[in-house]
Amino acid sequence: MTDPIIVIPCSGIGKAFGTIARDATYSVVEDLKKGTTETICLSLLVMGDEEAGRLVKSHRCIAVDGCPNECSKKNLVLSGAKLAANFRVVDILRDHRDLKPSAVTFIDEAGRKLAKILADKISTRIDELDQEGRVSK
Amino acid sequence: MSTPKIGIVSCSGECCVEGTISRIATRIVLEKLRPSNTVTICLPLFSIGEKGERMFAKNFATIAVDGCEKQCAKNAIEKYSGKTARSIVVSDLLKKWKMENPSPRRELNKKGVEAAAKIAEEIAVAMDDIFTRGR
Ligand code: SF4
Ligand code: SF4
Repeated sequence: MTDPIIVIPCSGIGKAFGTIARDATYSVVEDLKKGTTETICLSLLVMGDEEAGRLVKSHRCIAVDGCPNECSKKNLVLSGAKLAANFRVVDILRDHRDLKPSAVTFIDEAGRKLAKILADKISTRIDELDQEGRVSK
Repeated sequence: MSTPKIGIVSCSGECCVEGTISRIATRIVLEKLRPSNTVTICLPLFSIGEKGERMFAKNFATIAVDGCEKQCAKNAIEKYSGKTARSIVVSDLLKKWKMENPSPRRELNKKGVEAAAKIAEEIAVAMDDIFTRGR
C-alpha cells in the first residue's frame, strides 16, 4: 500500500468557504478515499508542531482553501511540505454561480452541493497522482 | 462610543470532534450570544498574514478556544500576535462535564451541538469577565 495522502483544509471561520473546504475534506478522507488519505490539524502546523511538520514533509499533501488567501497552501509551503495539489472553494463557486452558500456554522444545502463537487475533484486528482506515481516508479 | 470588542479565535482542529466543537462554539458566540461584542479571524492567517493580522491580539483582548491540550490556537496567537487574555480547552471541559466524545467530527449530532452550546456559554462568561475585570 502507498503512503496516505494528507488532505488539509483551511477551515476558515469567517465565511461559508472554510466550512465547505472542511466538509469536502471529510468527504474525501472518510468516504471517497477512506484508508488512503488522512487529514491533520492545520493549526498544529501553524504553531510549529514538529511531528506535524515531519508528516507533511514526508507525505504528499493536498491543500483545500476557502479563498484566495490560500492559508492552507501557504502554511504547507512554509512548512516545507510535499505539496502535490491545491484547490480553492472560490474557484468551484465561480463555475457554479447558481449555488449560493450562506450558512457558516452549519453547512447549508448549497454548501453541501459545492462540497460534494469539490470532494469529487479532489478524489479525481488523487487518482491521477496515484497513476503518475505508478508510472514514475 | 463604539461597542467594545473581544477577539475569539478557535483552533478549528480537523483531527477530532473537539476541534469541530471549538469552531461551532465560536460561531454561536459570534452569531447569537454576543454578536455586537465579538470579532474573529481565521487562525492560519496569523502565520502568513500581513501586519494587520499580526496586530489582532494587540488590538483586541483575545480568547483562544482550543480542541485539546495541545492548545494550537493559544500557542499560535502568542507566537505571532500577542498574549491571549483567556483560554478555553474543549476536551478539559467535556471531561469535567462527563460529555466526552459526544459526536462524529464531520457534522455535530444533537449531543455535539449541546456540547458546543455549553462551550459557547463558557466563552460568553469569559468575555463578561474580561469586560468586568480587564485582560
Ligand atoms: S483561505 Fe481564506 S477562508 Fe481559508 S482560512 Fe484563509 S482567509 Fe480564511
Ligand atoms: S488544539 Fe488539538 S484539536 Fe485543536 S488544532 Fe491543535 S491538535 Fe487539533
